[in-house]
Amino acid sequence: MSKSFPVLTLILAGMFVYAPVLIVGAPYESTMGLVQKIFYFHFPSWMAMFLAVFVAGAASVAFLVRRNPRADALAVAAAELVVVFGAIGLITGPLWGIKAWGVWWSWDPRGTSALVLWLIFIAYLLLRRFGGPGSERLAAAVALFGMFNVPFVYWSVNLWRTLHPKTTVVSSLPVSMGAPLWFSTAAFLGLAVALLMLRTRLEHRRAELDQLFLALED
Amino acid sequence: MSFLGSVWLVVRKDLVVEFRNREIAYTTLFFAVSTLLVFSFGFVHEGRAVEDAAAGILWVAIAFSGTLALGRAFERERQNETLRGLLMAPVQRTALYLGKLAGILLLLLAVEAVIVPMVGLMFQAPLFRYPVTLIALLVTGTVGFVAVGTLFAAMLVRTRSRDVLLPVLLYPITVPVIIAGVRGTAALFQVDADLPMARAWLSMLVFFDVVFVTLALWTFEAVMTE
Repeated sequence: MSKSFPVLTLILAGMFVYAPVLIVGAPYESTMGLVQKIFYFHFPSWMAMFLAVFVAGAASVAFLVRRNPRADALAVAAAELVVVFGAIGLITGPLWGIKAWGVWWSWDPRGTSALVLWLIFIAYLLLRRFGGPGSERLAAAVALFGMFNVPFVYWSVNLWRTLHPKTTVVSSLPVSMGAPLWFSTAAFLGLAVALLMLRTRLEHRRAELDQLFLALED
Repeated sequence: MSFLGSVWLVVRKDLVVEFRNREIAYTTLFFAVSTLLVFSFGFVHEGRAVEDAAAGILWVAIAFSGTLALGRAFERERQNETLRGLLMAPVQRTALYLGKLAGILLLLLAVEAVIVPMVGLMFQAPLFRYPVTLIALLVTGTVGFVAVGTLFAAMLVRTRSRDVLLPVLLYPITVPVIIAGVRGTAALFQVDADLPMARAWLSMLVFFDVVFVTLALWTFEAVMTE
């Protein structure tokens, strides 16, 4: 948390103001029409969620190895972001699904994998909230297992169900749709980083307050 | 003492305690059978189970009774303060983990030895068409479930609301095991058994077991050190 934070905030604010202009300017998708525009929110929120999953996992490994409370604070911040961005993805997905496929929830591999991953991090937060003292290391193990679970969840759900647009859709988009998409993705990832910094600092402050309180009591 | 010797001592200790009153074995088995029965009311139609229901009910019963056994096994250690004794014993942490894992695994396999034939009888599931693949699916699936479960149950011993938190943490993380177990078993039970599909699920379970047992060994060492 430094002087760079206000600069980052300004850049991000600019990006979020400009993103709708780009999205409006992008052409209509031939079969889905206007509905497809939700993709510019849906895909970036999943990207931000996966970034947060890996930050939470990596920070938890660091916490287990070094016992550094700063790593734990980063892991908590990232886990909360997984839940927040996951919720955006899980709301925009069915909204798109009902228009494009006619069903709210089709158990498609990616939606289902994301739901499972989202549940793992909700379990992480439940543990932090209700586990009482000493649950930090256990929570770190949950985040670590959650991160390593990503390929297994995807593999198993993919073998079980298939309906979602293929992964190649994103790379084969025409430039007119690809540019707003990557711009939105960059904005969402930047937002994730900014929130991560803010929430980690809050967690540090909370820990400092706890320590001060304990020192006062002694 | 050798590493395997320590593992065996932990397993033997658990088995001796269990053989004296058989609390976990009896209660877990009864619970598994009740689960089979309760789910049958939802999935048996006109005297026959709906498609793939047998495999699903079997794995739900394994997951539920496994959670119960895991919770009880560590509750016993907590009540008598014996977990501390175990952790102070001059054996490697990894040997403790593997010993506890093997003890609960043996118990669950014993439960499965009863409920799998029951599923065969109650839902006309063809158990003997590919017995080796079926046993391999059951063993690898149970190992994966218990590998994650033993680690979490051991770590939850010292936290509040441990009874609720164990299933809350365990089920989302073991989703791949449940999917692979159910779909692999369903591939064997269906009218035209799909052996390649069952083998694909089996290979995923083996892979899951290797990755998560390794991870759990490392995590157990890192987490259970005071």
